[in-house]
Amino acid sequence: MVKQRKLLSVPYYLWILLFVIFPVLLLLFQSFRGLDGSFTLVNIQTYFTSRVYLTMTLQSFIYAFLITVLTLTISYPAAYFLTRTKNKQLWLLVLILPTWMNILLKTYAFIGILSQTGMVNQLLDFMGLGAQPLLFTRISFLIVATYIEIPFMLLPVFNAIDDINDSMVYASRDLGASEWKTFSTVILPLSLSGVRSGVQAVFIPSLSLFMLTRLIAGNRVITLGTAIEQHFLVTQNWGMGSTMGIVLIIIMFAVMYLTRKRKRGVAVR
Amino acid sequence: MLTEEIIVSFDQVEKKYDKESVLKTITFELERGKFYTLLGPSGCGKSTILNLLAGFTSPTEGSIYLNGEDTKNTPPNKRKVNTVFQDYALFPHMNVFDNVAFGLKMKKLSKEDIKKKVSAVLKLVRLNGYDEREITGMSGGQKQRVAIARALVNEPDVLLLDEPLSALDLKLRTDMQYELRELQQRLGITFLFVTHDQEEALAMSDEIMVMNEGEIVQTGTPIDIYDEPINRYVADFIGESNIVKGRMIEDYVVSFAGKSFQCVDGGMNPDEKVDVVIRPEDLVLTEAEKGALQIRVETQLFRGVHYEIVGMDNDGNQWMVHSTKKTEPGRRVGLQFEPQDIHIMRINETEESFDERIENYSAPASFSVEEGDRLDG
Repeated sequence: MVKQRKLLSVPYYLWILLFVIFPVLLLLFQSFRGLDGSFTLVNIQTYFTSRVYLTMTLQSFIYAFLITVLTLTISYPAAYFLTRTKNKQLWLLVLILPTWMNILLKTYAFIGILSQTGMVNQLLDFMGLGAQPLLFTRISFLIVATYIEIPFMLLPVFNAIDDINDSMVYASRDLGASEWKTFSTVILPLSLSGVRSGVQAVFIPSLSLFMLTRLIAGNRVITLGTAIEQHFLVTQNWGMGSTMGIVLIIIMFAVMYLTRKRKRGVAVR
Repeated sequence: MLTEEIIVSFDQVEKKYDKESVLKTITFELERGKFYTLLGPSGCGKSTILNLLAGFTSPTEGSIYLNGEDTKNTPPNKRKVNTVFQDYALFPHMNVFDNVAFGLKMKKLSKEDIKKKVSAVLKLVRLNGYDEREITGMSGGQKQRVAIARALVNEPDVLLLDEPLSALDLKLRTDMQYELRELQQRLGITFLFVTHDQEEALAMSDEIMVMNEGEIVQTGTPIDIYDEPINRYVADFIGESNIVKGRMIEDYVVSFAGKSFQCVDGGMNPDEKVDVVIRPEDLVLTEAEKGALQIRVETQLFRGVHYEIVGMDNDGNQWMVHSTKKTEPGRRVGLQFEPQDIHIMRINETEESFDERIENYSAPASFSVEEGDRLDG
C-alpha cells in the first residue's frame, strides 16, 4: 500500500525537480556569470548600485501596488454585493468569463478601443472634446492591467464573503450592531483571508507584467518583467536577467510572508 | 392579567414566503419572567416566530408588540431581545471575552463596566477564567455557555433560544436543561425556547405552545398538555400514547374496545365519536380475569427503566404498556386503569371550546394533585 502510494508520487516529484527546482538553480547559477562566462558577483553589484535598475524595481513596485489597490477597491464591493444577489453564481460566472479569453486577445481588443481612431476617441470626438492620446500612457496601462487582474481578486474575495454563515450577521445585528458596524466588525475581518489570497494572486504577477507594458503603455512603463525579457532576448545578458529573476523570486516570498495568515483575533483588536 | 406584565404580544401574525404560508394567523401573549417553549416538528414555523420577534424578518400580516410597542419599524439591533442560535453563531475571529463583550461594546459602555459585566456573566455560566480562550478550541458545551453568556450580558427583556441543546450529547443536554431552568428562575428574564424534543419542553417550561403546520395547536402547562391533549396530534407528539376510537355514551361514561368505562370528561354530545388516550405508564398489568381489558402480548422490549409491552385486544386495538414487571409474548394479560387515566379528545375541537369544556367538566382537585405526583415519578 505505502509502496504503491510512493510510486504514485514519483511523477509529481519529477515534475517539481525538472520544472521548478532545476530552473531556479539554473537561474541562480546564471546570475553569478558575467558576460564573458566567468564566475563573478558583478551582476548583483551592478543591480544594487545602478540607479536605473533600482528605480525600475521601485517603479514595478509602485505599479503593482496601484494595480492591486485598484482591483481590490473594485472587487471587494462587487464581491460583497454579488453575495447578496439572487443568482449570485450566474453573475459570478459572467464576471469571471473574460479569464477564459487569451490575454493577448484582450490586450489587442484594448488597443482597438483606446487607439487614436478607437471607440473611446470616436465618442470624445462626437461630444466635441476632440480625440485624446489614450494609448501608450501610464493611465491606460493601469486601466488595462486592472481589468485583466480583477477576476483573480474577485473570486477569492467572493468565496470568503460567501462562506460567512448568515447567522454571523444575524448574531451581530441581534447584539445591537448596525448594518455598517456588522460589516466592519464581522464581515470584513472574516473575509480577510480572501483578500489576502487575492492580493497574492494580483500583486506578484503584476510585478512582472511585460507584454502590457509594450502593447498598451508603449514602453513608457518598464517593469522588472520587461527588463528581464529585454536582457534575455535583446541584449543577451543572461546573467543580469537571471539576477533580476532571483530578485523577483525573493520579493515574491516577501509578499507571501507579509500577507500570510496570522493568528486569529489579531485583526479585530 | 395586568397589561404591564405582558411583554410580548403577537396579534394576528401571518408570514408568507413566496405565497406559501409558514405561519397562519398566530395570536399569543407572553408574560414577563416565564419560561415558554414552542414545541413542534421541524418546519412547523416555530423558528419563524423567533425570527419575527428578533426582527430578522417581518410579518406579512398582523403586528408584533414588544413591551406594548409596535415593532414594525424597529430593526433587530434596537430590540431588547437577544438570541441564542442553534449553531451558536459565535464569532470565530474573536476570543471568549470579545464575543461576550460584543453587545456591550456596541452600546458603547466604558471599558471597566464591560469588564465587570463580562466576568460576572461568565461566572454565571461557570466559565470564569475562560476570557482569553479562542472559540475554535472549545467543546460544544462550552460554546453553548459562551453563546448564552453573550446573549444574557445585554440584559434582554426576552431571551430567544433556537434549539440550543440539539447539538449536545444526551448527558450534557440533560445537565443544560437543569442549568437553563435554574438560570431563568434566578434572573427572572422571559425565555422563549424552541425545540422539537418533547422531554426538553416538559422538563423546563412554565408554558408550552404546541405547533403544527404554522399554527399553535395547544397552549398550556406541561402537566395540562401531557394529561389533557387537545387532539390526536398533540397526544402523539407529547410522549408515547395509546389512541383508540371510542364513543361518548353520556357525561363521564365512554365506550371503547367493546366496553363502557367511567371517566372524568364530559360536555360532548351523546353518542359522539371521540378519540380515547391512555398513556402506556398508566396501564397496569394483571392477570387476565382481573383486568378491565384483556390483551394478547405480541412483543416485549427491555427499555432499561421499564419493559415496553405491545399487545392486541379482542377488538383489534393495539395497546402499549410500560411496566416494571415482565410478561411473555403470547400470554393473555389484563390491563387495569383508573377513570382519571382515560383522556377523551373530541375530533376537530378548537382550543377555545376545549378550554371552556375542560373548565366546566374538569376532574376534582384531588385528581390533578395525583397526576402531578405521577409526572415526577
